[in-house]
Amino acid sequence: MLSFFVIPGHDRRLIPEGRLSGPMPWVIAIMIFLMVLATATGLAFAEAGQNVSDQLSSRATVQIVQANPDIKAQQANDAAARLRGMALVEEVRVLPPEEIEELIAPWLGQTAGAADSREGSSLLEDIPLPALIDLKLVRPAGSEELESLRAAIRPLADNARVEPSSGLIAPVIALVQSLQWIAFGLVALLAMATAAAVIISARAALNTHKETIGVIHLLGGTDRQISRLFQRRIALDALLGGLLGLICGTAIILLLGMQLSALGSGLVQSLGLSWYSWLIIGAVPILGMTLAMVTARMTVMGALRKIL
Amino acid sequence: MNEIVQFENVGLRYGAGVETLSDLSFTLYPGSFYFLTGASGAGKTSLLKLLYLAQRPSRGLIRLFGEDAVTMSRERLPGFRRRIGVVFQDFRLVPHLSAFDNIALPLRVAGVKEKDLTTPVAEMLDWVGLGDRAEARPATLSGGEQQRVAIARAVIGRPEILVADEPTGNVDPEMAVRLLQLFEALNTLGTTIVVATHDIHLLSKVPGAQMMKLEKGSLSDPTGSLRNPPLPRDRA
Repeated sequence: MLSFFVIPGHDRRLIPEGRLSGPMPWVIAIMIFLMVLATATGLAFAEAGQNVSDQLSSRATVQIVQANPDIKAQQANDAAARLRGMALVEEVRVLPPEEIEELIAPWLGQTAGAADSREGSSLLEDIPLPALIDLKLVRPAGSEELESLRAAIRPLADNARVEPSSGLIAPVIALVQSLQWIAFGLVALLAMATAAAVIISARAALNTHKETIGVIHLLGGTDRQISRLFQRRIALDALLGGLLGLICGTAIILLLGMQLSALGSGLVQSLGLSWYSWLIIGAVPILGMTLAMVTARMTVMGALRKIL
Repeated sequence: MNEIVQFENVGLRYGAGVETLSDLSFTLYPGSFYFLTGASGAGKTSLLKLLYLAQRPSRGLIRLFGEDAVTMSRERLPGFRRRIGVVFQDFRLVPHLSAFDNIALPLRVAGVKEKDLTTPVAEMLDWVGLGDRAEARPATLSGGEQQRVAIARAVIGRPEILVADEPTGNVDPEMAVRLLQLFEALNTLGTTIVVATHDIHLLSKVPGAQMMKLEKGSLSDPTGSLRNPPLPRDRA
């Protein structure tokens, strides 16, 4: 494998162009750097979306809407008891009123009700909030299984609603997925730009060495032999540029990772990269090099086919 | 005697212009020595281009080593080109390579290993009298030296045909005779030689050589050799 990158001295002299002297490795370094960042962003969003989705897809919430607080509490307890007996349900927890109040406090304020004339009264007494039962299911439930839960508690509380928790965060997941695909789209665009840069570079090199190529052809050199001269050189330039881009990109990712973990809030904190994401990021320069090599080969072969 | 090259009604036209070569029909035989003469612009270089497969004809049939060279696929051309040595009029030495590397180029193209090419290249350099200039780049060589490197490059692969375009054009008369002696030596080893020249005095220097004369793209046959196989040169 490594012998592929060892350019024999006579080949180096045949097509002389000092490595790292031209712009090619630097262009590829910048492209790979941007590709590494975009790939990491896409993968981080993909993992965050997956993590949140995994956490929530096997959870559901039962809402019992009832104006009378006593009947509501009774219905909640009956429904919880019924749900505990179901095979699909792993864990049932009736949310205490204080916890419900905490949940809506960010929107209404904890003393919103107390500010009224009835001083000291609880917010729960002012607004007819539903009773909430948090369900942890043994597996992510499909619509039919959710319907079976609804059917089980409907006789106990005819106004009960069963909502999958994933549904609550669906817009956020959709946004995260959009960002993920935008990032991967950027990677594709950068790959195309890299290929375009390689095409320009290969054509320029062909033009510079037109006379030499003509001589090699007339001495019996094959298109493959000639394209190998360029392809190997471009592969080496791409690998060197790619490694440089990877090092810079990784440094930025690690720095951003540290800053994000310092924020310590919700979805932002769930942004992270697993070992297989790092493997994919590590493969970006190799993929970049392969892309450059294949593009160079196709460009050179295409150009050579036009001459006899 | 099997023919090595056969042209039948060959015509060559560049673009939409008039025909540079018209109705060329001739046969070249293995181990023979041919001079191709004609005034400047008569089409000598164009004819040689057809011979060393740098150009396909506009019409007619060319058979090379018994195969149709006109319809031959591009992929097969390199194999045939390796059987033909060419001395270009403008030498076409690779400027970045030393004399040694220029001469070694056909062997490297043919896949000869590095350890196997040092001796033949060194011998070839001695043969053309440039043993002490092995590392010299073309730019530092005189015209005559460059020409000798070009000749050495053309013959190192022991080609079956050697095509030389004005090989004595840049050398003094003494060197011209020496170069012709090199060609003769190669010819006695069995290589068919085709030398394009406008210097008719050279013809007398190679006894038994045949002459093809181009006039405005058409071929005349002063020695009749193109209609009948020539006698082997040692009996001529």
